[in-house]
Amino acid sequence: MKAILTVVGRDKTGIVAAVANKLAELNVNIIDISQTLMQGNFTMMMMVSIDESTKFDTVKNSLSQLGQESNLDIRIQRQEIFDATQKL
Amino acid sequence: METHSILETIQMISEEKLDIRTITMGISLIDCIDSDGEKARQKIYKKLTTKAKDLVKVAEQIESEYGIPIVNKRISVTPISIVAAASNDKDYVAFAKTMDQAASDLGVDLIGGFTALVPKGYQTGDGKLIQSIPQALSETSRVCGSVNVGSTRSGINLDAVKQMGQVVKDLAAVDPVNCMSLVIFANAVEDNPFMAGAFHGVGEADCVINVGISGPGVVKRALEQVKGQPIDIVSETIKKTAFKVTRMGQFVGNIASKALNVPFGIVDLSLAPTPNEGDSVAEILEEIGLESVGAPGTTAALALLNDAVKKGGVMACEHVGGLSGAFIPVSEDAEMIRAVNAGNLNIEKLEAMTAVCSVGLDMIAIPGDTTAETISGMIADEAAIGVINNKTTAVRIIPATGKKVGDTVEFGGLFGQAPVMPVNTNSPADFIHRGGHIPSPIHSFKN
Repeated sequence: MKAILTVVGRDKTGIVAAVANKLAELNVNIIDISQTLMQGNFTMMMMVSIDESTKFDTVKNSLSQLGQESNLDIRIQRQEIFDATQKL
Repeated sequence: METHSILETIQMISEEKLDIRTITMGISLIDCIDSDGEKARQKIYKKLTTKAKDLVKVAEQIESEYGIPIVNKRISVTPISIVAAASNDKDYVAFAKTMDQAASDLGVDLIGGFTALVPKGYQTGDGKLIQSIPQALSETSRVCGSVNVGSTRSGINLDAVKQMGQVVKDLAAVDPVNCMSLVIFANAVEDNPFMAGAFHGVGEADCVINVGISGPGVVKRALEQVKGQPIDIVSETIKKTAFKVTRMGQFVGNIASKALNVPFGIVDLSLAPTPNEGDSVAEILEEIGLESVGAPGTTAALALLNDAVKKGGVMACEHVGGLSGAFIPVSEDAEMIRAVNAGNLNIEKLEAMTAVCSVGLDMIAIPGDTTAETISGMIADEAAIGVINNKTTAVRIIPATGKKVGDTVEFGGLFGQAPVMPVNTNSPADFIHRGGHIPSPIHSFKN
């Protein structure tokens, strides 16, 4: 299953590392990654692939916990929803 | 996939409050009919809890995986006046309680279908059902009811209009808040997933999934980008936005239908507000260029909005249905409430707006001493607008027992609060008491 992960928050050292480490721990593979600073806000977008055996809810909860700990807004949504709204 | 597209979708959901307002499972109860009321109710409970056992679970899973909020999970059933008619029960309160129990056990928010369809006349079950409404809706918390009193093909049942004025009063006497569970329709549609008017028509399949979607915030934000441009651009912008919003509904409906193994019925693309900031239909009208909703031009702006929403939505999904268009419930729209409190919006203007909007006089509080005949008069006016113009109209008004103009009725949550609005106090009693049936309109000389 493919999903889109977005991370928004105040820029600081180690965000990419923290998120990437957490994903590795959860056995979630990063397929694509883009990152930029928008008006001082750290904004990262990733496309990831989640193994069928891994529970989506587990990934989502771990990431949201990481978000709370590091004061970042992390959300993950299955990729199809973006295609549905944006593609004919 | 383009970063821009991803960001846009995320923004639509998180900042502009785009949501799936409801996933509604329509369930036919025709096969539960029994001459023994008790047995019928057992069958109803069993069918509801079997068909809808995974409804809430599936909806919550979609919410979690796709990150799109699904505000309500609902059930609509065959009008109880039909299902209960074969029984010898004197009233149908027990049927409402069975529906309530099933809804509560399943964890669904609302269950609609405590309904009678009497545009042409009453059958055995219709009279009993209508008489049971005040008690049934007062003694249950999730049941919604509706009565269809008119249609373009059969005219307006003035006897029913008269009776419903009194029913609304009786319901309000117990608690005005109960009135939000009752709608009086003309030209009611059978696949509408929005409460309180949802019921599962007899022409529908045994079990279907209907989706109601809403996104006033997304439309408002899109219009902010075209400030000052000609009105054609406004219409075009609304169409494009409605398209995207409807795609989301189609998508969610498809997934839910697969997961539940139930055919997908329709997407009801509606702009339905909530009392939350940035989730208001009135704000869209003001963005189009009105100083306040209620100003001259409001009806035209609403007509444009309603039409553009339908045009945009139709191509985005396989089957559009329900009421698709803009809803204007006063209590559920923060900007509407403001306009009423500021004296910019009155019932007469709202009535005019209902000629071009999706439904009708919705969630409007009126003084507690308003007579049953006056309420019947308001119902008759709305029914006439619907019947003559070949569209659905409805009345959901709340006589605020013991309150007067300037007071407020609190509903809580999505239903918001309604300022009590003044009503013309000249009596229509002689008209209403004539009873009988207003003939159906002639449609061969349309102009």
